[in-house]
Amino acid sequence: MEKILMKGNEAFAEAAMRGGAGYYFGYPITPQNEIPEYMSHELEKTGGAFIQAESELAAVNMAYGAAAAGGRAFISSSSPGLALMQEGISFMCSVEVPVVILNVSRGGPGVGGIQPGQADYMQATRGGGNGDYHVPVYAPSTIQEAIDMICSAYDVADRYRNPVMVLADGMMGQMMEPVVLPPARKASTYEEIRRDKPWSLTGKGDREERNVLKSLRLQPDVLEEHVMHLFEKYDRMEKELVKYETFGNMDSEIIFVAFGTMSRLVAESIEILAERGISAGMIRPITLWPFPVKPFEELSPSTKVVISAELSMGQLIADVKASVNGRVPVRLINRVGGIVPSSIEIADRAQKHLEELA
Amino acid sequence: MKQVFAVTRGMLPADTSYCPGCTHGVAHRLIMECLDEMGELENTIAVSPIGCSIVAHQYMNIDMCESAHGRAPAVASGIRRVHPDKTVFTYQGDGDLASIGMGEIIHAAHRGEKFTTFFINNAIYGMTGGQMAPTTLLGQKATTAIYGRQKEKAGSPLRICEMLSTVEGAVYVERVALNSPANVRKAKKAIRNALEVQKRGLGFSFVEMLSSCPTNWGKTPYDALQWIQDAMIPYYPLGVFRKPEDM
Repeated sequence: MEKILMKGNEAFAEAAMRGGAGYYFGYPITPQNEIPEYMSHELEKTGGAFIQAESELAAVNMAYGAAAAGGRAFISSSSPGLALMQEGISFMCSVEVPVVILNVSRGGPGVGGIQPGQADYMQATRGGGNGDYHVPVYAPSTIQEAIDMICSAYDVADRYRNPVMVLADGMMGQMMEPVVLPPARKASTYEEIRRDKPWSLTGKGDREERNVLKSLRLQPDVLEEHVMHLFEKYDRMEKELVKYETFGNMDSEIIFVAFGTMSRLVAESIEILAERGISAGMIRPITLWPFPVKPFEELSPSTKVVISAELSMGQLIADVKASVNGRVPVRLINRVGGIVPSSIEIADRAQKHLEELA
Repeated sequence: MKQVFAVTRGMLPADTSYCPGCTHGVAHRLIMECLDEMGELENTIAVSPIGCSIVAHQYMNIDMCESAHGRAPAVASGIRRVHPDKTVFTYQGDGDLASIGMGEIIHAAHRGEKFTTFFINNAIYGMTGGQMAPTTLLGQKATTAIYGRQKEKAGSPLRICEMLSTVEGAVYVERVALNSPANVRKAKKAIRNALEVQKRGLGFSFVEMLSSCPTNWGKTPYDALQWIQDAMIPYYPLGVFRKPEDM
């Protein structure tokens, strides 16, 4: 397989196309503009369609329409844009329509800045919109991993008939890395859509029953039953989708938890700490929802502190604390505003936490 | 015996949930009759709005989906990309289209989307119980304008056909009324024209139907139809605002 050098955002776009995305709807927002730009000239070559939407609200609802019609849709944005898309994400979860959503996140709140952030963690993992629902959230740490995740996200979305989110950040969107692109999947024909997605809107044709996709359920017992049905699905996701990896020595006194860009810095910090004679390990959640609880249940008796390292004011740490469940102290190392700490800063602060607990 | 009339199979045999005297039923049937006559029922995908007619899919015998408030034109744009050969339409009320969904409708027209929008203008929010709409007439009472809409506070009613007819991509724009047999016949012709424009791939087509809401207007069904004639039509003139040259 040929390795090529690609900018993150362009690689994400190419990955979506190769994963089978035939339809992209986007609105300009930094730091993900290369995605709509790339899609605007590449997607039609594959027989797909691109719309520069009038807003993120329109974009997410266009994706809902395309997915309801049986197409594979891709949408991307950055934090403030994702906030606008929550209406559609909640709606698609309710109607059970599969799309893939990418957040190249930046600092907030409000318009915030355009440098990388991870402060959309709660929004991504708790639903973010109205009502009880979940979307699986994947957190890549390299561009290659993002490519693989975006491609396989379509299988997950289709399997569960649910939106799937990939949560990257501005650092990953803007940097270049050598990557291997997977082979392109063939787009589904009209007949294949009718066969593989029998629920989709393709026109009644020779189907016995017409298809109706709805969210409104005015009768409380009917709505409750539907929510229960959705949560049976989310329960299955929790059993089937959890992914994480560990790094370094898991019998260490310090165990870091970090995802995305932060996990790469923490990996360096672990080496720096090793040079100082301090052993450390890391749990890297690959799915943020469902969150990997198991590695926390298996924490070594020698672990003295679990440190959540994040680009937010303590969002990941909520899941870390719930998973550690009081067994060891949990501490936070963070920067916000678009500032990414150096691996030395993380190592220094971790060492201080350990000393304070001694 | 020769059959001279049958209910279109485009309508399901269900009682509607609409109030007595509401013209949603008339609008539904006209659209379905046109699709039936065009042989398009099996080939159509439609989007219902938020509002009373979110349940249109309980009555229209075609593939349909609901949409979030105001977003039907965006949803239809997505559907259209996947199925360029299907007939696609949105069915939207005035709160949905002229207020919260103004962005989506203008830009669908602006892109020249090849679908049709049927706009039900009854100058009020029906489902939520009679609040002022952008189309509520001056002096018309609403639960959020209990002394009647005042220009100084709430502006003047929006004329959507006139606005859309300034947009290049909107190739067929007509306003009709559903208040009399003659106007209903004209409405059906407008619906047919709009769907034909879509079939020919000419661009965005739009039919506004002045409609009644006896419940929230506080009028009898008969008086409601009369009010369309006496109050609405003078402010919202009927007619074709845009059409292809050969039509």
